[in-house]
Amino acid sequence: MADYIHGATGEWEVVIGLEIHAQVTSEAKLFSGASTTFGAEPNSQVSFVCCAMPGMLPVINAECIRQAVRTGLAIGCKINLRSVFDRKNYFYADLPQGYQISQFKDPIVGEGTVVIDLPDGQTKIIGVERLHLEQDAGKSMHDQHPSQTYVDLNRSGVALMEIVSMPDMRSAAEAGAYFRKIRTLVRYVGTCDGNMEQGSMRADVNVSVRRPGAELGTRTETKNINSIRYMMQVIDYEARRQVDILEQGGQIHQETRQFDPATGTTSGLRSKEEAHDYRYFPDPDLLPLEFTQAFVDDLAKTLPELPDDKKNRLIADLGLSEYNAGVLVAEKENADYFEELLELLVKKTGKTPTELATQAANWVIMDLFGALKKFSKSISDSPVSTVDGAELLALQIGGTISGRIAKDVFEIMLESGKNPEQIVEEKGLKQMSDSGELEAIIDAVLADHPDKVEQYRAGKDKLFGFFVGQVMKKTRGQANPQMVNQLLRPRLDG
Amino acid sequence: MSVDKKTVAKIADLARIAVKEDELAPMAGELNNILDWIAQLSEVNTDDVAPMTSVVEVDLPWRDDKVTDGGYRDDILANAPAARHGFFTVPKVIE
Amino acid sequence: MTALTNLTLTEARAGLANGDFTSCELTEQYLAAMTAGRDLNCFIVETADIALKMAAQADQRIRAGTATAVTGIPIAVKDLFCTKDVHSCAASHILNGFKPKYESTVTANLWRDGAVMLGKTNMDEFAMGSSNETSYYGPVKNPWRATGTDGVLETKDYVPGGSSGGSVAAVAADMAVAALGTDTGGSIRQPAAFTGLVGLKPTYGRCSRWGMIAFASSLDQAGPITRTVGDAALMLASMAGYDRKDSTAVDRPVPDYGPALTGDICGLKVGIPREYRVDDMPEEIEKLWQQGIDWMTAAGAEIVDISLPHTKYALPTYYIVAPAEASSNLARYDGVKYGLRVDGDSLDGMYKNTRAAGFGDEVKRRILIGTYVLSAGYYDAYYLKAQKIRTLIARDFARAYNQVDVILTPTAPSAAFALGEKADDPLAMYLNDVFTVPASLAGLPAISVPAGLSRARMPLGLQLIGRAFDEETMLRAAQVLEQAANFEAKPEIWWRER
Repeated sequence: MADYIHGATGEWEVVIGLEIHAQVTSEAKLFSGASTTFGAEPNSQVSFVCCAMPGMLPVINAECIRQAVRTGLAIGCKINLRSVFDRKNYFYADLPQGYQISQFKDPIVGEGTVVIDLPDGQTKIIGVERLHLEQDAGKSMHDQHPSQTYVDLNRSGVALMEIVSMPDMRSAAEAGAYFRKIRTLVRYVGTCDGNMEQGSMRADVNVSVRRPGAELGTRTETKNINSIRYMMQVIDYEARRQVDILEQGGQIHQETRQFDPATGTTSGLRSKEEAHDYRYFPDPDLLPLEFTQAFVDDLAKTLPELPDDKKNRLIADLGLSEYNAGVLVAEKENADYFEELLELLVKKTGKTPTELATQAANWVIMDLFGALKKFSKSISDSPVSTVDGAELLALQIGGTISGRIAKDVFEIMLESGKNPEQIVEEKGLKQMSDSGELEAIIDAVLADHPDKVEQYRAGKDKLFGFFVGQVMKKTRGQANPQMVNQLLRPRLDG
Repeated sequence: MSVDKKTVAKIADLARIAVKEDELAPMAGELNNILDWIAQLSEVNTDDVAPMTSVVEVDLPWRDDKVTDGGYRDDILANAPAARHGFFTVPKVIE
Repeated sequence: MTALTNLTLTEARAGLANGDFTSCELTEQYLAAMTAGRDLNCFIVETADIALKMAAQADQRIRAGTATAVTGIPIAVKDLFCTKDVHSCAASHILNGFKPKYESTVTANLWRDGAVMLGKTNMDEFAMGSSNETSYYGPVKNPWRATGTDGVLETKDYVPGGSSGGSVAAVAADMAVAALGTDTGGSIRQPAAFTGLVGLKPTYGRCSRWGMIAFASSLDQAGPITRTVGDAALMLASMAGYDRKDSTAVDRPVPDYGPALTGDICGLKVGIPREYRVDDMPEEIEKLWQQGIDWMTAAGAEIVDISLPHTKYALPTYYIVAPAEASSNLARYDGVKYGLRVDGDSLDGMYKNTRAAGFGDEVKRRILIGTYVLSAGYYDAYYLKAQKIRTLIARDFARAYNQVDVILTPTAPSAAFALGEKADDPLAMYLNDVFTVPASLAGLPAISVPAGLSRARMPLGLQLIGRAFDEETMLRAAQVLEQAANFEAKPEIWWRER
């Protein structure tokens, strides 16, 4: 189902692999006790270890190990009970040791696969080659001074997971879906906050093109892409650029490129590629990292239900549509909100979850998400709690208010923060379900419009809606629509 | 496996040590003396021998995930050859 | 007052405990000796103010009855240890002006126990050398000078060995009771042998490396340099101990070594490795070794001929592993965070100029070798091969220790050589470590004990290598050797300013 690129000389297939760098959620850094909090004063979260003072030594943070294993389990990867930390040697202003502690030959997590959902409703399996732990570098700022670069080492030594995919993606859409899936997974298991603006997740994008079915072409690597939109731009741009070069008889050079968001283009880095020789070797300050299968099994037990399992359950057990289930599980907080709401609703109404699920899901996805978007809020700071949401739905399901009124009440809830029962009470929005009362109003409406009654009785059926409207108008929308229907028709029919 | 001037220049570049052109040849000579001597290791059969990872039999210690360090910027910058506004500074990097 | 500067640590401790003298008095005498002996160039920095303050505190502690074995004992500290707010530069220009804001674990342990810091001693730059001639601060002179065939002391200067050259020279010249050294391939043992002292390299992992400027991480160990085996035991007990800040430190209780020194080695099996009889071994070294065997036999030990088949490959293996680790460990000296910066037209230009100006020739040579053996295409042939041979070397020792309790060898293939004699020949210099490097590669404890004098009346040492973490047996055997050798010679004092 690849989207081939139509070149002047025929079709081309784009091949994409991603290296995702995800910051491990932890209090302290990978090898030191300094804080990982984002946005602190420059160099205030730096220990003597983080800035590579002479004689300083690394000691690994147990939580970072657990987080890497949890992530590996979430992606369905093989967990390696023995892994090795290597030094990757290179010089850079924000790399204080002159090497990065990483894992080269023996990563903590081996192969696995993830299933991605594509826009056309199809799914595809993408291979994950490995996941390893490594240190982040510091931050260089080139725009603070005309002749100086400023270096802040707060990030230096923060734990990263590098998740390397197989070259299994064939379009920007697939790459986007894969990235989103990894982001969903790490957020489910709480191993990375997935915050791309703060750089908690970024990707190096490997792109090559080939004739369909041919051998892999030479790839380029565009570094440090921190948004899915940019990533997709990089892929489209790189694929087109490479096709153009190849069609003009040129060659692709394996190189590192950078992306310019302003122009949507990539360009080769000037640094001499051939000069890169990282001289990996096992870090003699650290021993091999070893743990038991029991350690892995215990971590597996603490994992929450993963999104694929949750989605299947929502569809199979609750009868949700594929679409609704997919939207709800994309973020763990959304799914949690929905499930809590549903549970409360079951208690309030006495109905079964299956009877209520679709209505609840529709309300969360349409009404609540719409409101959150309008107010630029996330579900975790939703102005409407699951308790109030369930109450609102229960009022509607129990017939106390109509669906129309429910929407009004929801608006008031958003503005006032009051609970729905209180609003219904105060504003007198209870649905009129007293047949005597309704009959009196219907009679009054019929009396007001004798001409229309006559037309109806002469066969103009369509006017039925007009009378319903008039009744609703007179009751300010509070009339129970079903009862209005039931009572109106025999009267009209005379 | 002997090194020539070009190789010495390449290693020196990797190691970020400035070497003058006229120093390359004598340096290559010195390095070759050492490398030739080291080359005797090739006569040892190391098939099926695991490389040494640690001379002592111990487990890698793990630390608790607690913030126990940092928060002393002045001490971090105290020895810096150049610092401004709480940052280390280096000659501008043009990417 | 009588001279206190030739006391052993054990004697000084007794004198302090008895109230024969105070730590302040002891310290003042050492400080005076340091001033008088500056010609030897033992110290890069003298810390008289700190010493006197620490001595005063030690005296209080002695009076209060809370003294330990090293309370009030003036010691010299190799410049490789980071000492808070005090020059700590590994005798390298690249760390110019560096004063750490932290204290190494080993020195902190000694200060915790009340020892007194006299100053930071000279050394080979980054501990890379066997003669103390690679120091940015100039060579250290051995207090010992050869005696000519005419029986007259030569005027030529000799090297003290290295890399802990300043530390040994300070103790040998009575400018410190004891000194801290570090040993990567022999840097405590060889200089101790060259100056008639005891030098002990503990089992790798016994002492924390935290705060010790790294040369080769998988080999570096701190150790004591003392006048006697008993002194080494006392000092090691204070230095050693588990440190959570060093992932390669070993969590084992530190024994009280004193009771281990029983003087009884009856039935102890002493291994004599046949591969250490190198082709061109000088006769006097050969003789000394035989003498050592005889002493051990006389003390009731059982001599066992053993084989350590890969001994020959230890030195070239070391000269791959150590430079490789060093090339990476020394990457942090880039002119950004501390030390020297030499400007350049770009970041890379600054790096290259700084490192060209900051590192000396030997350090550069080893960085280049290390960079080369790790580089793409050569890693397997050099570094990986060396680490495999290291496994074989460790295996040789493990097999030997099925048969024996300690291993006896010479410490160095010769007595101290003249200053400048080998400075231009790196390979000849490296061969100094031929007997010390194997134990380093295997992480085993080893000790050099002064055992005799050469024909030119220069000190010679014998080495005992112990089982991993069995410093006790090694120390017990070493003390028996020490007593048998009864080495009482002292260098003639020629260096004092008048």
